Amino acid sequence: MSRPTIEIKEISTPFTADAIESLQAGDVVSLSGIVYTARDQAHKRLCRALEAGEDLPVDLRGQTLYYAGPAPPPPGAVIGSIGPTTSARMDPFTPLLLEYGVRAMIGKGNRSAATRAAIAATGSIYLTATGGAAAYLSQFIVEAAVVAYDDLGPEAVRRLELKGMPLVVGIDSQGRSALWPDCL
Amino acid sequence: MRVDEVKELTAALCLEANFEARSDVKKHLQQALAVEKNPSARSAIEQLLANIETARESRLPLCQDCGYITVFAEVGQNVDFDGPLVEAIQAGVIAGYEQGHLRQSVIRHALSARAEPEKEQPAKVYIDLVPGDALRLTVMPKGGGSDNACHLKMMRPTASEDEIADFVVASVGETGVNACPPLIIGVAIGGSFDSVALGAKKTLLRNIGELSKDPAARALEERLFKEVNELGIGAAGLGGAATALGVAVDVGPTHMACLPVAVNISCNQLRSAAGEL
Repeated sequence: MSRPTIEIKEISTPFTADAIESLQAGDVVSLSGIVYTARDQAHKRLCRALEAGEDLPVDLRGQTLYYAGPAPPPPGAVIGSIGPTTSARMDPFTPLLLEYGVRAMIGKGNRSAATRAAIAATGSIYLTATGGAAAYLSQFIVEAAVVAYDDLGPEAVRRLELKGMPLVVGIDSQGRSALWPDCL
Repeated sequence: MRVDEVKELTAALCLEANFEARSDVKKHLQQALAVEKNPSARSAIEQLLANIETARESRLPLCQDCGYITVFAEVGQNVDFDGPLVEAIQAGVIAGYEQGHLRQSVIRHALSARAEPEKEQPAKVYIDLVPGDALRLTVMPKGGGSDNACHLKMMRPTASEDEIADFVVASVGETGVNACPPLIIGVAIGGSFDSVALGAKKTLLRNIGELSKDPAARALEERLFKEVNELGIGAAGLGGAATALGVAVDVGPTHMACLPVAVNISCNQLRSAAGEL
């Protein structure tokens, strides 16, 4: 039986405004370039720093956050299993980070109405990875290094270099969503 | 029975649960792929099947979240141990997670510094005393994202089957997208506030698709499986036919004033491994 084929768009970070604008909710993409992991505790610290008017330990303006905390690397490996964690937990922090200048996020699941509005207002983008495919997805990471909050262990901020990671545009820069129930 | 053998078995089960997908999970993902029509949901299921192969071949855990670790120990009442049993199980979990480079997701204190891992008692151990002279252990790691998606409601004892089904389906609608679909859903009805939650988790140890012997529970399983999939959440929440791979329901005794209902939502990486001494 023949199946519809998917057009895969090759994209790379850091994103230009044009690149973000050209992507639509539901597009299947293959992402290369630098992203930074940050999840719950890192978000809390980053936002505290912004609220206090302090510099962030890493300049994240124009950058992409990946909501993920890897398993430890086995000997000889760049990184252990790593897949997306639930994006909704970052929602309370996301509007402030987008206002600061973060331009793209990678995670899994739905976002709050406030996050969606902030994505549209700042011309940002939310990409989703397949939750539960962590061993598979780790193969698309060619370099990894902790760059901030080392004491947080798996929740530390890591600089990752991706090569062709399969993602879907979950919410585009117009605020349109490809996720359930909007996809119905 | 020697507790060092208990420790070894526990460690081996931790590795198996995290590296080797359950055969029923793999089978049902393949079945889901066969019926899924949405191309991006199909691609997500293909990634999940590839993930199972990568995990086994590369000795990488199925999920980076190696879970909140539950160990069910069925202890034969005639067994004499040569040392403390629970300590041996905890030591086995610690050893298994170290050997496998598994992420220790359990932190020491829910309200303290979040980065400090629990080093001494990382697992929750449930002990059941059973007849006989064997020890059966089941290790079940569960990710935090899907545990956050679970629901519990103390319903009215006069609630209809429709109301119960609506609660379960609404629960999946509320949190299912975030819990790494396609999901496996475990429902327990009856017992008490505390026991119903544990009961819902235990139904996830059943083979996916294996229906209850209780006719009322079985009818609910069939109904819920249909209704949950009609939500159309699909793999990775991208819309599609495969929202749930299976629904298991367990019904037990309860207080005449009560009707506790618990919904344990598992991600697609439902993990468990069992062994016996």
